[in-house]
Formats: sequence, C-alpha cells, structure tokens
Amino acid sequence: MNPQPISPPVCVYTPASQLIEPVKLLRSMAADIVASRELAWRLLVRNISSRYRRTMLGYVWAFLPPILTTAVFVFLQRSGYFTVGPMPVPYAVFLFAGLILWQVFCDAVNMPLQMVQQSSALLTKVNFPREALIVAGAGEVLFGFVIRFALMLGVLVWFKVGVSWTMLWVPCGVLVLMSLGIGLGLVLTPVGTLYHDISQGIPFVLYLWMFLTPVLYPVPQSWPGSLSLALNPIGTVLDTTRAWLLAGVPAHIDGFLITAAFAIIILLFGWLLYRLALPLLLERISA
Amino acid sequence: MNDTALVKVEQVSKKFCRRLRQSLWYGLVDLAAELMARDRTGGITLRDAEFLAVDNVAFELHPGECLGLIGHNGAGKSTLLKMLNGLVRPDQGRITMCGRVGALIELGAGFSPILTGRENIYINGALLGFTKREIDEKFDQIVDFAELHDAIDAPVQTYSSGMYVRLGFAVAAQLNPDIFLIDELLAVGDTAFRMKCFQHLLDIKRAGKTIVVVSHNMIDINRICDRVIVLDGGRKKYDGAVSGGIATYESLLAKRGHTAHQRAPGAAAWIDKVELFDGVGNRREEFSTGEDLVAEVTLAAIKEVANARVIVHVMTPSLGTLGSFASPHNGFSFDIEPPGMVVRFRMPKLPLLIGSYSLMVSLYGSGIKDFLHGMTDAAIFKITAPAVDTFGYGVCHAVKFEHDWEIANLDREVKRRAAQSRH
Repeated sequence: MNPQPISPPVCVYTPASQLIEPVKLLRSMAADIVASRELAWRLLVRNISSRYRRTMLGYVWAFLPPILTTAVFVFLQRSGYFTVGPMPVPYAVFLFAGLILWQVFCDAVNMPLQMVQQSSALLTKVNFPREALIVAGAGEVLFGFVIRFALMLGVLVWFKVGVSWTMLWVPCGVLVLMSLGIGLGLVLTPVGTLYHDISQGIPFVLYLWMFLTPVLYPVPQSWPGSLSLALNPIGTVLDTTRAWLLAGVPAHIDGFLITAAFAIIILLFGWLLYRLALPLLLERISA
Repeated sequence: MNDTALVKVEQVSKKFCRRLRQSLWYGLVDLAAELMARDRTGGITLRDAEFLAVDNVAFELHPGECLGLIGHNGAGKSTLLKMLNGLVRPDQGRITMCGRVGALIELGAGFSPILTGRENIYINGALLGFTKREIDEKFDQIVDFAELHDAIDAPVQTYSSGMYVRLGFAVAAQLNPDIFLIDELLAVGDTAFRMKCFQHLLDIKRAGKTIVVVSHNMIDINRICDRVIVLDGGRKKYDGAVSGGIATYESLLAKRGHTAHQRAPGAAAWIDKVELFDGVGNRREEFSTGEDLVAEVTLAAIKEVANARVIVHVMTPSLGTLGSFASPHNGFSFDIEPPGMVVRFRMPKLPLLIGSYSLMVSLYGSGIKDFLHGMTDAAIFKITAPAVDTFGYGVCHAVKFEHDWEIANLDREVKRRAAQSRH
C-alpha cells in the first residue's frame, strides 16, 4: 500500500502585518469560514442547551422580555401618557413587531464582544477558526428571533391581523438588521476587548438609540422627527421590515436597499478587522 | 526518515508588558500598526515597561524528535509554545510549521460543566477539528480510553478532576497531527492513567511525529524527550541531550536561591569558600555517579576557635536534604587559629544519580549553641552520567542504593495457595 503523499500545510508566523499579503489573508479567511461550520454548530448547540438547562422556565425566557415591554408601553399608551396617532393595526401588535426586530439588532451588536469575552480562555489556549465564534453567535441571535417570531404569529392571530405574501420578505429584513448589528459589533470588538468602556457604553447607547428609532412610534412625517429616519439606517430597515410583517406598504424601499448594501460592507469590514485584531488582542488578555 | 525540519524557529522574540494600562495601550498601538500594514519585521524596540519574554530563540525540529522545553516559571516556555501554536505572533523572527499541528495546551477545552460527557466529547472534538462523523466513529474508543463508561451521560461538573482530565486526554488522543504541542498536562490523574498517556505519546513518537513538551517534571521529561531546551529569562541556555539539560535546569534553580549566608554577630571564624575537586585534585563541577568528590572548606578566623565542627548537608532543589554529616562523626577534630585554615573532606564513590546537587555547609564551635556561620548552596555540582531509566528497568531518582538479588526457596504455605487457586 502506498498512499499518495499529501503535501502538509505550512504555516509561517512573522511579526509582519497580515495586510501585507492580502491575497493570502483573503484566502485564509475564506478557508476558515468553511472550516468553522461544524464547530460553529457545536458551539451553538452548546450555548443554547447550556443556557436553558439550568432554568425552570426554559425557553420562556426567550420571549418574556418583549412581552413585558409591550405590556408596559401598551398600558402607558392606554392610560393616555402618550398618543401615537391612527394606525392600521392595534398598537400592541405594532409595538411587539417593532420590539422583536429591534431586539435582533441589539443582540447582534452585543454578540461579537460577548462571544470573545466569554470565550477568552478558549481563544488563548486553542487554535480554532475564530470565525466559528461569530457564526455560532449569529445562530444564537437568529434562534432568539425565531422563537419570538413564532410568538409574533400568535399575536397576529390573536388580534386578527391579516398577513400577506410580503411576509416572505421579512427574513431579508432580519438578515440586514443582523448584518448591520454584527458588523457594528465586530468593529467595536477590538477596542472593546482591550477597554471595558465599550461594553459599559453599548447598552446605554442602544437604549438611547431605541428612542431615536421608530420602534415605539410610527415614522414621524414632519421635521425634526423625520430626521430619526434620514440619519438612522436602522430606522429605515426596521420600518420596512415591520411593514412587510404587518402587511403594510413599505414607504422607503430605496433606502432599504442602500442600507442593505452598507450592511454587507460593514459586515465584511468588521470581519476583516476582527481577523486582524484577534492575535494582537490575545496577547493582552491572557485568561 | 527525511531531513526537512518540521518546526523551524528563527531568532524569535516576544515582548511583554506587566503593567496593565500600559499593556492595553500598546495593544491599541499595535492594532493601528497592523491596520496600516506595517512590516514590523525590522528590529525590535522595547517601549517603556516592556521586557522580552522570549529573547532571540532559534531551533529546528525534525520528524521523530521529542523536545522538552524546561525552565522555571516565567522563563518563556508557554509563550514560545503559544507562538508555535499560532495563538500569538512573534515580535521578531519567523516560525515555520510544516504539517498539521495538534495542541494539548488545555485538556477539555470548551467543556461546558452542565452538559454531559457525551455532549462535551462532540464540542471538544469539534474544537480540535474533528467532524461529527469522525467523532461518531471514534466515540467508543474515546470512552474506552477515558474509562468513563458509567459516567458518560452525567454532567461534567459531577466529574472528579481526574475524570475530567481523562476525558480531555481521550478526545485529544484521537488527534493524528504531524506536530504535537503539549503543555504540562500529565500532572493529573492516577499512575495507571499517566502510564497510559505516556505509552500513547511514545507510540506517537515511534510513528515519526514531532512532539514539543513543556513540563516542570523532570522525570516526565526524561521519559519521553530525547532533546531538551532550557530557557532562562526568555533566552536559550542549553540545547542538547536530556541529562545535561536537566542538570542545567536544576543548577539554574539552585542559583536562583543564590548563596545565602547566615553569620552569628561577632563570630570568631567563618567560612570563606567551598571548592570542589575530583579524586586527583582537578577543580570540577560535573561528576558521574560513583566518582570521588573532594571538597575544600576555607575557614577564616580573627580569634581562636577550639574544637570547631563543620556540618555538611547534601541537598537537591527538588527533594530537599538527602543527608548530612558533621566533622566529629569520623573522629576528626580541629582548632581554628587566625588567620584561618583549610579543611578537606572526601565523599568516595558518590551514590548520587543524574541531577543537580548542592552542599550547605555550616561552622560551629564545640557546643550545640556555638553557631558561627552557615552557607546555603556553598558549592553546587551536577551529576551528568550515566543515564538513568525512568521506565522501571534500571535506577532512577536521586540516590543510587547498593543492592543485589538472588532466588530463594518458596514458602510451603504459598505453594499450597498457588495450587488452590489453580482449581
């Protein structure tokens, strides 16, 4: 028996920036994302099953927060603390749809830094395709959304809101929200891994950002409220996706397409940055 | 076996910074340099509060070689291993790894305590690069190797530390890379399992793979390595055969606790120096087992000391005091007169095995309480030959005991029992 000799993989480590050989860098990025599938799936299953195994309520925790938030704001609105104007669907439905979409974005922004921080022991000791962490994290974000979306369907039935074929576009909107969020999260990860100012600041910024995004209220038509859409790419994507979800007519499909293109760019840029930064970060955070 | 190096380390250095805030800031600066596509291959400049954790280290490893990296804590072993594994990049130099690399830097990486052993095998396996199908195929082998048949469906947090490590090693044992990197992993587990791990590593070695082991346990190093690199303060202090490497390491350990003096206030006499010679009067620091050692103790005095005593302790860095003897024991008595004198003692046929040893010498007057001067590590010597055997086929550890064997008559009672158990 004479097996064909396979030339062994050769790895060279030098202090030179990986950007000096861009072709090699891109090739290894592509190879690693392919190589990380299996591991990403394992990590996803591990994270999801270990998150809920020690709870009594289990998956209820996935949709309890948006239900309670909806309940609070519906209560405030019914009590007359604020008015939202006429709407084609009940306010509770509108709000719930907005909240679960906003949650996708928030989870996505938080995910990369959280994954790196909670896996620091692993990252500093095992050389595995680093993309796996992010892919697994993206899976978790999506998993959370799917559970809440199932609940959303229940809400639509309960309030007797009709659905239309535009529902089929919802996954597109969700993917754009996730790409934007993960891209932004990845861009923040290098500095955030070094300095905890970032992880301290993210929830605060997201909280303010939610009020500047038409989540709790419909898109304002007049100035200065309309700025919340013009300057806020999330607003456009969220409103468009919500329109598809609630059988409305999306008002700004061109804005959505531009944002989608931007989302892909920021995601790729974030990935590149993550890739370049991680070896440098690991020497600073020995676990 | 071909001659191409599987591991090639060329003039590799790595900077580290112990001040947290400074270190984080440098991280940011390095990140900016990376993004601006800086070459950084030129030289190395140390910034404020930085030091070299690995300093200009170079070596090559060929197929079938098993290298032990030894050195005291902070000598740069683990940093070097991390660079070999590609976790951290060098700040200077170049590392080339030809072949698939399998690292056992942490056993049971990615284990989730509340998931079962079965689930964790798949997670750990995936981290090491196995596909689900490969793990399915090897699952029974893994459980057999780990000897965890009953506990495989229990959460890992209920495992003892030994079980945990066994499971981790069992998964890692399925790896079949060209280069194995191992960091201090054989420290846990019972003897039977440790021997199983050694057997496995020896099989790997026999299959022509290359192994790099970091360990503080010299017995382990002796068992599997055929070459040793001693690191001290990031620099390569020794590169060669195992016995010499271990002796170098132990003498580094001894030197770290450099000669300590303890002298009674206003002592009339003290020890000036202790020098070692072989049986024919040559200055020596290295001996072989069974050779004669002669030590000269130079004593200085400002007043007369009658019936002085010299006490000698023979010590090793790892085992402590092996034994001690005092000058009156053999009926030797002497008085010290200013300005001083030299006393000589001989240790014929040294019964010590490979390793590093030191002499602690103290000087007393005639009474129990008449302490004058004590000198730890007054003299340090190494035993460098002959080789010991750590597998249980020869002699090993510190002392060579005289022994002989013969066959004696069998007890009638034992005969009866043996006959009984045959039925």
